[in-house]
Amino acid sequence: MSTAHAHAGPDTFPAAPSLLGGIGRFALREFRDALASKWFLLYTIAFTVLAVGVSFLSLSGIGSHGFAGFGRTAAGLLNLIMLVVPLMALTAGAGSIAGERERGTLLYLLAQPVSRTQVLLGKYLGLAIALVCSLCIGFGVSAGMLAWRTGGVGVGSYAMLVGLTALLALAMLSVGVLISVTSRRTAVATGAALFAWLTLVFLSDLGLMAGSVLFKLRVQEIFGLASANPLQSFKMAVIVSMNASLDVLGPVGAYASHTLGGALPLVLTASLVTWATVPLAAAVVLFARRGSV
Amino acid sequence: MILASGITKRFGRTEAVSEVSFQLGAGGSLALWGSNGAGKTTLIRCLLGVIRCRGRASIGGVDVRRHGRHARALVGYVPQELAFHDDARLGAAMMFFARLRGLPAGRAAESLDAVGLSGHERKRVRDLSGGMKQRLALAVALLSDPPLIILDEPTSNLDAAGRGEVVETLLRLRSAGKTLLFASHRPDEVVSLADRVLVMERGRLFRDTTPGELWPTTKPVQLVRLYLTMASEADAAEALREAGHAVHLNGHGLCVAVARDRKAEPIATLARRRIEVRDIEVLEDVQIPEAAR
Repeated sequence: MSTAHAHAGPDTFPAAPSLLGGIGRFALREFRDALASKWFLLYTIAFTVLAVGVSFLSLSGIGSHGFAGFGRTAAGLLNLIMLVVPLMALTAGAGSIAGERERGTLLYLLAQPVSRTQVLLGKYLGLAIALVCSLCIGFGVSAGMLAWRTGGVGVGSYAMLVGLTALLALAMLSVGVLISVTSRRTAVATGAALFAWLTLVFLSDLGLMAGSVLFKLRVQEIFGLASANPLQSFKMAVIVSMNASLDVLGPVGAYASHTLGGALPLVLTASLVTWATVPLAAAVVLFARRGSV
Repeated sequence: MILASGITKRFGRTEAVSEVSFQLGAGGSLALWGSNGAGKTTLIRCLLGVIRCRGRASIGGVDVRRHGRHARALVGYVPQELAFHDDARLGAAMMFFARLRGLPAGRAAESLDAVGLSGHERKRVRDLSGGMKQRLALAVALLSDPPLIILDEPTSNLDAAGRGEVVETLLRLRSAGKTLLFASHRPDEVVSLADRVLVMERGRLFRDTTPGELWPTTKPVQLVRLYLTMASEADAAEALREAGHAVHLNGHGLCVAVARDRKAEPIATLARRRIEVRDIEVLEDVQIPEAAR
């Protein structure tokens, strides 16, 4: 080696895994770790029990017994999903990087021939697959029982619900991973994730109600603010997908239905996609720029 | 193989590494010697590109900052203590790292065999002894047969037998033409393995020397721990180094390697500087190998 700084050209670089290859290997490891973990088992069992329970109870509410059809069950599951799925995804994401950092394993992984982006995206992908699998098991068991008891009435709405729930899970996982990247300890990350969950599920609704009264917000402003909350976007998207008008949500819903018409599902889905991508992109940038482990 | 120029790393107001520059040619063996907090570990992390720092570092001509993962493909890294998922089985962990480097499954088995861990594939990482964990870390480091091995105090948590095994393996690697960079607190290891020593203190490169110059005796030496007041430790370390002693601070006093028949010499040196020694403890005999001559 000469005394001057001589750097190898791109064609002479030693072999390191390709960007996608590295992401895939981390994703596979994360997925396997998730399958072996207690949180995956607990969440899957809890979600499955609740989904089956709701499908059974949704018809009894109107005086019948047995299982509801897919459409009614989808409506019944909506509130359950809005509570449980963000909690699952936010906490899983929050533990991802902060957990590796706290255990001291992050340094060892980063000392391998991989980039920080590969580590982060691989972990996100593996957790995303595990979460979607967990949800699919719950939805699948519920759907199997419904199909057995009632046939396939409203299966389209139910499939739409599954898809939108997966998108909501990815969005909340992105937020969780962003929290994890900025936290040094798992307990701090989990606390921040629980606060984010509380804010999105309860506080933002209360804030919107208070704001609309205090500042005399117009319907379009209320709709804009509501659709900025991924949970509200999810709720409206599910209602629209069940061929129901947003009129059930009052003047704001009526405004959205009449103004956006056929574009409404796209707008709401775009809001969820934005929540799934922007926090993840921010996490990638912050993690790559971070000066320490 | 390694070219470091002006490496500087700050953590807040503390400069952990300050303007460190050195070169290490292919096949060379370089020891980092210094007190706890001298900046050895931070320097290693800067060279691996896992933390951001000022200055330039390249490994095998590949710029660490710009092409970190390609540079790390040339390195096998052994941390002070292996940090890997405790639940992972040894065989699965090796397979993960082999795949990460794009190596066939057979290579994982070969590498385990090379460090004497064949037959332990089903054991979980948490069930391994300290020595076995270090051998596993060595097995991971040797997976892709990299030309450079970087070790951060690889024997500090091992008993005498474990230390002997690791040193023996490193001697074999050195004979095979590998380049070694390692941090150590043990004079015998440095003398056995290194042909150059960088003495670091408070983040700065204090001296670039050879083991023979640092320990000019072939007689057995003893590690002596001197207990001083906290405020005088840094001055004492400087005074002893100026008097030609190899010193390191380890949080429980100041350790000096001295010839067996000259244990009072450091105390006399400090007395001349009016630095009070509260207590003295003779730790262990260290046989300086023939290589020191």
